[in-house]
Amino acid sequence: MKKLAFLVALPLAFIGAAHAQAKKEDPALAVMKASFKERGQAKLDRLIQDPTMATCSKYPQAVPANIRKQVESAEMKNVKFPADGKLLGDWKLGERIAQTGVGKQFSDDPATPSGGNCYACHQLAKAEISYGTIGPSLYNFGKLRGYTDEIRKYAWGKVWNPQAYSACSNMPRFGHNSILTEEQIRHVVALLMDPESPVNK
Amino acid sequence: MLKTRIFAIATVMTMLTAPFVASAQQDTIKEIEKYRAALGDGNPAELWEMRGEDLWKQKRGPKKASLEQCDLGKGPGVVKGAYTVLPKYFEDTDKVEDLESRLVTCMVMLQGFTYAQATKDPFGGPGKKADMEALVAYVTAASRGMKMNVGLSHPQEKAMYDIGKKMFFHRGGPHDFSCATCHAADNIRIRLQDLPNLTKQEAAQRAYTAWPAYRVSQGELRSFQWRLFDCFRQQRFPELEFASKGSVALTLYLARNSNGGTFNAPSIKR
Repeated sequence: MKKLAFLVALPLAFIGAAHAQAKKEDPALAVMKASFKERGQAKLDRLIQDPTMATCSKYPQAVPANIRKQVESAEMKNVKFPADGKLLGDWKLGERIAQTGVGKQFSDDPATPSGGNCYACHQLAKAEISYGTIGPSLYNFGKLRGYTDEIRKYAWGKVWNPQAYSACSNMPRFGHNSILTEEQIRHVVALLMDPESPVNK
Repeated sequence: MLKTRIFAIATVMTMLTAPFVASAQQDTIKEIEKYRAALGDGNPAELWEMRGEDLWKQKRGPKKASLEQCDLGKGPGVVKGAYTVLPKYFEDTDKVEDLESRLVTCMVMLQGFTYAQATKDPFGGPGKKADMEALVAYVTAASRGMKMNVGLSHPQEKAMYDIGKKMFFHRGGPHDFSCATCHAADNIRIRLQDLPNLTKQEAAQRAYTAWPAYRVSQGELRSFQWRLFDCFRQQRFPELEFASKGSVALTLYLARNSNGGTFNAPSIKR
């Protein structure tokens, strides 16, 4: 009798578990999974969110203060500084990275290094008048804040993982999500922090 | 005419690349506005509209039938104003459909094409014009000057609107982008390109009612399905499948947000 009850209960438990799981999936995500197809380097896993992006999608306009703090402290653990401590590269190479928008699209060759596309959203060097305004102006970034080690580290961390400093920022996590390499981030930080960079002229 | 246009493009290009002082930026934006206005007179989209009308009336497919009995939402054969109520729920398919997915339905049901045939190569490219984009041009042109009036009365329409809204704010991919990254704030731009705030009625009206569009830079007429496809490409997402449920849901969300706006497409864009 006991055995029979067990045999009946087991499949029911399975059905129950499967049902709970099916119920849990957001209908919008289910539709998205059925509506996109992988192409080139862009696989379907790109639709899946990490906890930070799930939270940020929930609060698209204003993130409550306590949740901001949670996101920022969790993401601060994801900021990696270079093992050799070298934060500044060549600002000329940084400028090129800031001007380049290719990378990670299904139409891009994965063998070509990605750009940072900084000018899409930020003002940087004054000579470049074609800049976007989604992010704040970074003109005179180092000059205004001081060429200190602290600010260099801040610039590095912000490019590596902006979520650690400003929860749900629109800016990509260039280091954390492997869009730019450590070497490329060095050049971008130089663009912001080298006194000789046109950003600081 | 074409020569004048090429000259206009060249002028703007020169202005964009010349080493201007920053204070000249406002002048540059004004020049771009002028360029856009100049493009408005004489729109090659008319060529797509004409070809679309031919395709609509031609007997095609295994059933050798035209699309003239296709119900786009205002009754069989009614083209005028049909685009202003789409996407909408259709009883015969028990689905919410946008213009493109509805055209596919009619090609399957009336003309006897398979779904695969009807959805093959929906976007034109170098050397191959897409029939779908021509049909879209013809149908949408017949709503020019009319007000957008997308309903949410059917439960499936409401459900699809909610899904579309969720998709709009869904951040993902290596760059953490969603539609909202670029289209949920006022007065922002990428480089010099203004970005409409699609969560606000007035801006959504202006943006949605200007698609489809003839893209000068591509020499193609682009449908709204193409607009979404290419946004997601730049968002670093996988490929949005043509006429998929998600594409219809997002279109419904954006179309509904533009209700009350006067439809004014096919337009012409850079």
